[in-house]
Amino acid sequence: MALITCQDLTLGYEGREILEKLNFAVRPGEYLCIVGENGSGKSTLMRTLLGLQPPLGGRVLTGDGFARNEIGYLPQQTPVQRDFPASVWEIVLSGCQGRCGRRPFYGPAERALARENLARLELTDLSRRCYRELSGGQQQRVLLARALCATRRLLLLDEPVSGLDPHVTAELYRLIERLNRQEGITVIMVSHDIAAAVRYASHILHLGETVFYGTRESYLQSPAGRRFFMEGGNGQ
Amino acid sequence: MTGAIEKLALYLTYPFVRYALIVGVLIALCSSLLGVPLVLKRFSYIGDGLSHVAFGAMAVAAVLGLTDRMPLVLGVTIVCAVILLRTGQNARVQGDAAVAMLSVGSLAVGYLLMNLYPTSGNVSGDVCSTLFGSTSILTLTRGEVWLCAALSAGSVAAFAVFYNKIFAVTFDESFARSAGTNAELCNLLMAVVTAVIIVLAMNLVGSLLISALVIFPALSAMRVFRSFRSVTVCAAAVSVVCALAGILISIVAGTPVGSTIVAADMAVFALFSLAGAIKGGAFQ
Repeated sequence: MALITCQDLTLGYEGREILEKLNFAVRPGEYLCIVGENGSGKSTLMRTLLGLQPPLGGRVLTGDGFARNEIGYLPQQTPVQRDFPASVWEIVLSGCQGRCGRRPFYGPAERALARENLARLELTDLSRRCYRELSGGQQQRVLLARALCATRRLLLLDEPVSGLDPHVTAELYRLIERLNRQEGITVIMVSHDIAAAVRYASHILHLGETVFYGTRESYLQSPAGRRFFMEGGNGQ
Repeated sequence: MTGAIEKLALYLTYPFVRYALIVGVLIALCSSLLGVPLVLKRFSYIGDGLSHVAFGAMAVAAVLGLTDRMPLVLGVTIVCAVILLRTGQNARVQGDAAVAMLSVGSLAVGYLLMNLYPTSGNVSGDVCSTLFGSTSILTLTRGEVWLCAALSAGSVAAFAVFYNKIFAVTFDESFARSAGTNAELCNLLMAVVTAVIIVLAMNLVGSLLISALVIFPALSAMRVFRSFRSVTVCAAAVSVVCALAGILISIVAGTPVGSTIVAADMAVFALFSLAGAIKGGAFQ
């Protein structure tokens, strides 16, 4: 059964439609990449999946005992965060916020979970360091650890490699692949990087004038996929 | 030196001096706690805007001849805080322009009303004491001290209970909301507490100097400390020490209370900036 199903989803701002009648489903263990040009509605779709914005029409359904606030979200960095005094530990622990409900403070279970996720992403040694003094790749790993505290099953990543150098980008992609393949975490990634999408994803959702949704293999055969590769592909 | 200590000891036997110290420390504590998230959220200007609103409301209350001005001033300031917060979040309205408009507007109206309907012979003295605090901290009644104490205790308690949520929402509002944290409630709470603290702080430093009480301790702490918790604790400590020092110095030296406290805050900021630069340089 699918974790998230979008039925006839129509998206937009203030009555202006960007996307119409979108249908797709994300099943456990899948790796879905959402690609498309700027303004094609990628961020709007993401905000709708997170429940931050209501759709103009259609529905987002969750299944298999999965709740909307159990998505582990990795947002893009904001200017506020660049000079924010916070330790790695504080940030990762804040991923457990959703589990606390009405409890104001974190308990031993949340601390254990935060420690576990620090170790999972090899951040234990950095836990006392200040976030703003870390490198871009380390910062993304911290935010990923925080997202893992918020979810056991589904990660939603918003342009996770933007602003990273090629070496760090490749490392982060491998890390996400490991979480998906070895630990069975479902991944939804919004990305500009079509080459990486085709390389790592199991399914592709291409937004734009023509909308494509299907497996990676069928995307490579589709007009949308081929056109994208003719224009932007560099032979990878 | 012994003369100053004797003078201080003498003054401390007066209840109104003790009241001033208690209230000053409490207000300094609250304003510095809240200052950390406000500065980090780039909301420093809201504190400044609200203080001018409080001045306007104070003038209205004076003109109306209210004996108990606090409820009106508090109400108006809270409403404005909520309005400002909403416009700040709405990208289509220029948040900073709205704040500027509201704050200079209330300042002008306040001054206008105080001149049109003077409540005493000395209008400029009244205006000056509302703007710069002057001696009102030393004229608090027992009731006002209790009210201040209760409101400050409430603010500190709210901050403590919401500490983790405030951190999550300040650091990353989208993430916090996606995880089910009620960010709107948290922001609303912060706006209301800001308004309460500003109205309280008017007694201590006057409306023009309130922002200093909110901003300086947080900025000083950020020069030296690197985690949210240590910054918060340090800001609170800095603020309390500066308020105490400021009040005591002003008693001994006969300087205005508000500006002495702010001067102490500025000195600490300069000191911490220096310390931060040395520490940062040494560890890079």
